Amino acid sequence: MVKLDINGQVHALDVDPETPLLWVLRDKLGMMGTKYGCGIAQCGACSVHIDGAVTRSCSLPVSAVSGKVVTIEGLSPDSRHPVQVAWLAHQVPQCGYCQSGQIMAAAALLAEKPQPTDADIDAAMTNICRCGTYGRIRAAIHDAAASKA
Amino acid sequence: MTYFQNLGEQASSGQTSSSPTLGRVENVSRRGLFKGATALGGLVLAASMLPRSAMAAYATGAGAMPHGVVTDPRVFVSIAPDGIVTIVAHRSEMGTGVRTSLPMIVADEMGADWARVRIVQAPGDEAKYGNQDTDGSRSTRHYLLPMREIGASARTMLETAAAQRWKVPVSEVKTGVHEVVHDGSGRRLGFGELAADASKLTVPAAETLRLKDPKEFRLIGKGAVSITDLRDITTGKAGYGADVRLPGMKYVVIARPPVTGGKMVSFDPAEAMKVPGVERVMEVRGWPWPSKFQPLGGVAVIASNTGSAIKGRNALKIVWDDGANAKYDSVAYRAELETAVRAPGLVVRNDGDAEGALKTADKVIVGEYYLPHLAHVSMEPPVATAKWTNGKMEVWAPVQSPGGTREDLAKTLEISADDVTVNTTLLGGGFGRKSKCDYVLEAALLARELNAPVRVQWTREDDVHHDYLHTVSAERIEAGLDKSGKVVAWRHRSAAPTIGSTFVADAKHQIPIELGMGLIDMPFDIANVRCENPEAAAHTRIGWLRSVSNIPRAFAVQSMVAEIAHATGRDPKDVLLELIGPARIVPFSASVDKPWNYGEPVESYPIDTGRLRHVVELVAEKAGWGRKLPDGHGMGIAVHRSFVSYIATVVEVAIDKKGVLTVPRVDTAIDCGQFVNPERIQSQMEGAAVMGLSVAKMGEISFKNGRVQQSNYDDYPVVRIDEAPRVTNTYIVPAAAGTPPSGAGEPGLPPFAPALCNAIFAATGKRIRNLPIRDQLAV
Repeated sequence: MVKLDINGQVHALDVDPETPLLWVLRDKLGMMGTKYGCGIAQCGACSVHIDGAVTRSCSLPVSAVSGKVVTIEGLSPDSRHPVQVAWLAHQVPQCGYCQSGQIMAAAALLAEKPQPTDADIDAAMTNICRCGTYGRIRAAIHDAAASKA
Repeated sequence: MTYFQNLGEQASSGQTSSSPTLGRVENVSRRGLFKGATALGGLVLAASMLPRSAMAAYATGAGAMPHGVVTDPRVFVSIAPDGIVTIVAHRSEMGTGVRTSLPMIVADEMGADWARVRIVQAPGDEAKYGNQDTDGSRSTRHYLLPMREIGASARTMLETAAAQRWKVPVSEVKTGVHEVVHDGSGRRLGFGELAADASKLTVPAAETLRLKDPKEFRLIGKGAVSITDLRDITTGKAGYGADVRLPGMKYVVIARPPVTGGKMVSFDPAEAMKVPGVERVMEVRGWPWPSKFQPLGGVAVIASNTGSAIKGRNALKIVWDDGANAKYDSVAYRAELETAVRAPGLVVRNDGDAEGALKTADKVIVGEYYLPHLAHVSMEPPVATAKWTNGKMEVWAPVQSPGGTREDLAKTLEISADDVTVNTTLLGGGFGRKSKCDYVLEAALLARELNAPVRVQWTREDDVHHDYLHTVSAERIEAGLDKSGKVVAWRHRSAAPTIGSTFVADAKHQIPIELGMGLIDMPFDIANVRCENPEAAAHTRIGWLRSVSNIPRAFAVQSMVAEIAHATGRDPKDVLLELIGPARIVPFSASVDKPWNYGEPVESYPIDTGRLRHVVELVAEKAGWGRKLPDGHGMGIAVHRSFVSYIATVVEVAIDKKGVLTVPRVDTAIDCGQFVNPERIQSQMEGAAVMGLSVAKMGEISFKNGRVQQSNYDDYPVVRIDEAPRVTNTYIVPAAAGTPPSGAGEPGLPPFAPALCNAIFAATGKRIRNLPIRDQLAV
């Protein structure tokens, strides 16, 4: 039995402890906002927060999860996290598939560095967007930072 | 009958928000033409509606697509008693915004308030909705006018219902926003109050419809409407292919033959069955090569969750028969292609006497360009969910062609299409890959065999190993110059395995749609032009990837222009404009068999060098062509007509002392005729610049022993935020009156790589002729 604290709710799950967290979220718990993109922690579509740190859930065995997990579904109770608000204002998404992960990465970045520089964004935002929304992601992060300042 | 009744399906709400602040979108008048139209506009203010005949001045190829066009408003529009208007999106949403922009056209024309519009996604049913193929940058081009007609029909029916209620002539009523108003009395009735009566009326004949004067548009052309799924995307609620869960669903991952055309000989399931969660291992049917859109076959692992299925699949022991393509090797094949373009090939265009003119030319400049296979790698790998119930198949899948998928399912399962339901989810990117429904057929076959709902998930490795790859090509151009430096001869040989090989065994020549993408339609003002297509055999599945053959053609042609400029000591933009020549309509060469114009009639979509020149001049002016740049910087320019749109791009590069390349700025001018959502055109241009940079800088799929050598984003990298162009400016040319809509999803891509490499040459003097650039700039 594996115990997980996800978005403030504790789940006791009968799963193979080696199962990556991503598949527990999606296939066992039906939390579909966290996406599969590569399975090798390259693309970041599966990004969640564990004790506030952005983590790629596709490559993390569920047995290795020791902190509180927050997914896109739990990022903000009213969907008004400054990053989400900035994403709407800049109309960042195209297909949208990677954006849960992008938003989780951006939220973690802003929690750590409330006023990130372009270099900070380059270093932290390593998630892939094949549609190429990077320019708007950068602008939205700066906007979200300004709104929190 | 569903006339104007609430469809009762799950609908998402329309939302409005402000335009983005990044970059710039500017509407820039086409000089002369547009000024004239504006001046005239001041004189004809009286009518706010125009007869349909005035608007139907252009024809498109929409009617020639399978199942053509449906303009019955009862198919696309329903109005509930509370006034909520539900509009059907029959095209697939993969990031272009089409799921929003087509319903937006209907809403504008009928007078609906966007806040009270809901959008539902059509299932695959082309008899009902008309053609649903979402590719070829065709949706706005083919559906702007039909969607307006649907909206106008609905509006007319609402107005007629109101006039009958008030017992007044219909000429005395007009539509405001979401209501019909009687001029004389000021009486008003909301759409919801009129829906029931309107639903009983006959649909007006198309030729009687009156369409809005474009000056009256509230939504079309404004860029003020966000995509309908925006909020759901930012909260993780948007539903993609893998997000469908059915009770009792099994999770499946498949091992497919590693070499195209290979097949499974034997397999040992023992290790896979030891993986916790794995329930069953079984063979899946494959089709012989060329397999079209049919499954490749292999061995399926069925499990209780995706993670177990992946682990089980990786534990399988399988003996494969690699088949005829077992020796496919990219290095050897490249040499074959390069040899092929150095010898004569099938002549596909021949104007004048290029051979003779090359012999007598004062100078001949030769450029050989090579571009490797590319993979689509959309963020969402192929995935499909299928359920078999009492002889009926229902699937949920991210497909670009829901109608075609339905037909292929019926054929493959040998059941009637009436017994097949294809539900289109959002697509996590498509780029052409998801026009091919092999992954859906796999899920359907397994669901029937297991008699259980299944989801087949392709891993990223599966996606890279078994894509319908963008072709690999060698392009050789010889330009003959006279003493004055004028180009008098042009011979372009293009050798690349054809998409046709995916459908027909041993196809070795490019098909008209490929030849028409920048080869035989090359518009330069040169007297002697010869295009040849030497043979090239395919050894893997070749498919279409965003902008298709335009990628290698634009790269070769637009690089060559800059090479000519360098050889003659002239400015590349000046040489480009000189080669384009004066503003004129360029007819397709009479020497071309089956000239391809993106399926559009040349009367409404000619090759117009005036429009080509204009985007060059516009982007050069906006980018500050010729301005003084810092050390290590360079600017390059390229232009290309594709998908009957005209796009010119200026790229500015910066290259440091170690040869590290960055892109501080991109400027793109697009003339796509009448447009619907300029904000999404801008996003397509931004995305095309990023994808173009991935293509140019790092994109390469290679083969050894018939196997793709890359597997995932670690060895098939794409551009991330740190490398992406820092600023991308988009300039949209307003359509001159009567200019029909053209494509926007694909045509931003082709000019990027040549503009980039021309900029690199300007900065360093190093000419890149082989993509990807990778470490070619390293010092």
